[in-house]
Amino acid sequence: MTVVEDAARPQAAGETVLEATGVTMRFGGLLAVNDVNLTVREGEIVGLIGPNGAGKTTFFNCLTGLYKPTSGQVRFSGTPLPPKPRAVVRAGMARTFQNIRLFANMTALENVMVGRYCRTSAGALTSVLHGPKFRREEEATRARAQELLEFVGLGRSAEHLARNMPYGDQRRLEIARALATDPKLILLDEPTAGMNPQETRQASDLIFKIRDSGLSVVVIEHDMRFIFNLCDRVLCLVRGEALIEGTPEEVQSDPRVIEAYIGTGEDDDEVEDDVPGGEV
Amino acid sequence: MTDIETPVDDISQAPVAKPGKPIAWPLGLAGVVLVIVGSFLSWSYDASILNDLSINFYPGGLQILAIIVALLSLVLLLAEKGPLVKLGSWLDVTLALRALGDGLTLYMVLVVVAISVESDGLINVNPGGYVTLVGAALIAVSAYLLPLRHLRDMSEARMPAWFEILSIAVLMAALLFVAAYALGLPDAWSFILCLVFVFTAAIGLFRSGAMTFVSHAGQRHRKVLTLAAFAAAFLFPFTQNGSDANMSIAGSVLVFSATAMGLNIVVGLAGLLDLGYIAFLGSGAYVAATLSNSAFATIGWKPPFLVVVLVGACVAAVLGLIIGSPTLRVSGDYLAIVTLGFGEIFRFSMFNLDGNNGPNLTNGPNGIPGIPDLELFGFNFGSEHTLAGIELGRFSNYYFLLLILVGGVILAFSRLNNSRIGRGWVAIREDEKAAEAMGVNVFGLKLLAFSIGAFLAGLAGTIKAHQDGAVSPDQYIFLESAFLLAAIVLGGMGTIAGVLLGATILKMLPEKLRFFSEYRLLLFGLLLVLMMRFRPEGLVASRRRQLEFHEEDEALAVAVEEEHLVIEEAK
Ligand SMILES: Nc1ncnc2c1ncn2[C@@H]1O[C@H](COP(=O)(O)OP(=O)(O)OP(=O)(O)O)[C@@H](O)[C@H]1O
Ligand SMILES: [Mg+2]
Repeated sequence: MTVVEDAARPQAAGETVLEATGVTMRFGGLLAVNDVNLTVREGEIVGLIGPNGAGKTTFFNCLTGLYKPTSGQVRFSGTPLPPKPRAVVRAGMARTFQNIRLFANMTALENVMVGRYCRTSAGALTSVLHGPKFRREEEATRARAQELLEFVGLGRSAEHLARNMPYGDQRRLEIARALATDPKLILLDEPTAGMNPQETRQASDLIFKIRDSGLSVVVIEHDMRFIFNLCDRVLCLVRGEALIEGTPEEVQSDPRVIEAYIGTGEDDDEVEDDVPGGEV
Repeated sequence: MTDIETPVDDISQAPVAKPGKPIAWPLGLAGVVLVIVGSFLSWSYDASILNDLSINFYPGGLQILAIIVALLSLVLLLAEKGPLVKLGSWLDVTLALRALGDGLTLYMVLVVVAISVESDGLINVNPGGYVTLVGAALIAVSAYLLPLRHLRDMSEARMPAWFEILSIAVLMAALLFVAAYALGLPDAWSFILCLVFVFTAAIGLFRSGAMTFVSHAGQRHRKVLTLAAFAAAFLFPFTQNGSDANMSIAGSVLVFSATAMGLNIVVGLAGLLDLGYIAFLGSGAYVAATLSNSAFATIGWKPPFLVVVLVGACVAAVLGLIIGSPTLRVSGDYLAIVTLGFGEIFRFSMFNLDGNNGPNLTNGPNGIPGIPDLELFGFNFGSEHTLAGIELGRFSNYYFLLLILVGGVILAFSRLNNSRIGRGWVAIREDEKAAEAMGVNVFGLKLLAFSIGAFLAGLAGTIKAHQDGAVSPDQYIFLESAFLLAAIVLGGMGTIAGVLLGATILKMLPEKLRFFSEYRLLLFGLLLVLMMRFRPEGLVASRRRQLEFHEEDEALAVAVEEEHLVIEEAK
């Protein structure tokens, strides 16, 4: 069903990176995600929208292995992904969190360096022996982390403790940390929640920049203007089910989408009140 | 640090001293003079008390301590108004002087109490003691009349490199001197007074900001700091003139420190609560004992000690893996309970493997006595020898060996801390789920921390067995694990200096304060409760922990961050 739209948008015609089929997540009696399919191609920005409690974050958690889906399959670059966070990151899918989860008492630089963990190999013995190979790797890690901080515009905050940084910077730091894992696809869970309009604009510039560096992006947002301006394709979830998938124009004009938002008493502004227990 | 109350934005402004009560300064000066004069006079009628303070114009050790405090106060007063006024724009004279005045007054009150308790009443206190007491009180009063000021931040202070290095060296020398002096004190009263002195001087130095300066200088000259600390530790046996009693205390402090540093990796870095850690020390010690040449050793194999060290450490590490692998997958509380159980299982196993139930490995409750001294590279650790005219006995030999061990453990700790592995540990401690989602091998790293900790403890255990000459199950009770944890919490989790300090305090105090023995636990409990209330980050706080516990303190957060920046720039 995605083929038609992709044809209409030639810039999103790369190879398939992520292919999730029939993802279902059941919490007791609650079907938080019900048989959702999503395909993401190389260099594509896909938006994920839906009213509060629609299951967007849960879907992310299923993709990244933080939850083990009740059923369904996630394939990444053609190979099936086991629901294990480490395997997912190694395969090349990284994420940020809706409620920022930085390592609060580490510096910005250290936070990003932790992101390099899965791409480096120094073991305990190597670290204690402190040989030239270890020092080279450590130096490279530091340099890459600094480079990523500059990429997201935090080059000057490297030595700040994450907990002391402004909210918007923390969101960008989380993106830098995710980028440090060398992903092919990055999942952003409400990257502009709590931001002012100027910061929001910067965030969309940043996402374009990430896309231009060759990554694919899936982004959850409540800010419709942000989503429709940013995304090549939008998937709307309602009560765990995929309501519609299509270009921003199609989704925007679909009466069911509008009804879904109005029906649950939500508008398209930033919505920050989270469903309790709905986050990881 | 206590002096961070200084608002940071005041740094740029020129420090302005508001006038306090004009009487304060002369009052303080009078106090200093009285203390010095009083200390030269006799304090006590009875010469046998407090190491003889009865002779006029010949001050005893405790009187010299009072004079030192008075001289420190004098420097502060001269910095307030006088030739050292330039220094006064950096040092927080008022707060420091308050600490010194209060401390010295307490000190003198204790002296008077000690003299009257030990002899027959106040009648035995000589005028010198009262004169000094009045002087101390005057210093305290004057300090409370001095104005409080905003000052420049001491962490901004820059001095020529030689001066910074010198100040580090002086601090280390002072530490060495005080440690040697305190251990040499024969009676508990003198020891307590010496402690009061140490705390008075330390709080004074911290309040004044001088410590901030030295610690920053230490950051800038890290190698010098490390070398100076080791030099001081190395020189310690030479101050003891062959005193086996003190050197044996020092040796056990080192074993305790090495073990605490190992536990510091597990608790301080990875954030895993291990309540049975002493069992790993025990397994190292038991391995060394059973493989030793003791007549009671139960295993025929007698490998050289270097092999024993490896075997002991590896056995401990394997035990760590066995305990850790099923429990580290679940959350922290379970680990605490399982390790608690493991510690007891270890002790009971050692208690019961006596041949009646199962094989005879450990001689049960009797343990394995008669472990011979170590022989390494043809050197027998039991032999005495004289170096530079100073006699170094058996315990000094072990002290040097243990010093190397502690050095190695510290090196391992700090290198791990500043590596990919260490960052992974801290990330897990901070937010396990997020760490996992970033691709950190959570379970593997926890297991690694656990087994490295066990390995280091096992290593220390093998030396401990030879140093003690015997192993028995009752050395490895739960209380010891609790003390190790207490040392870490008291000193400052995740820090090196703090944990060493905590270990030293917790091991040395009970040895010197034997008359407390029944109240020992009560006192430590009280100490910990007070610490948790007033300084939860420990005596030496790592920057991180300091922030964790004082989240509401915005000024502190900013200040710590600025400090951090300054240090980074200095690198
Ligand atoms: N671990 C869990 N256990 C039980 N229920 C859960 C769990 N996680 C999420 N849920 C439920 O699943 C539903 C979907 O939650 P989810 O957080 O995915 O919504 P969302 O679309 O991200 O909403 P929001 O826009 O508020 O972030 C909610 O009803 C939530 O309560
Ligand atoms: Mg959500």
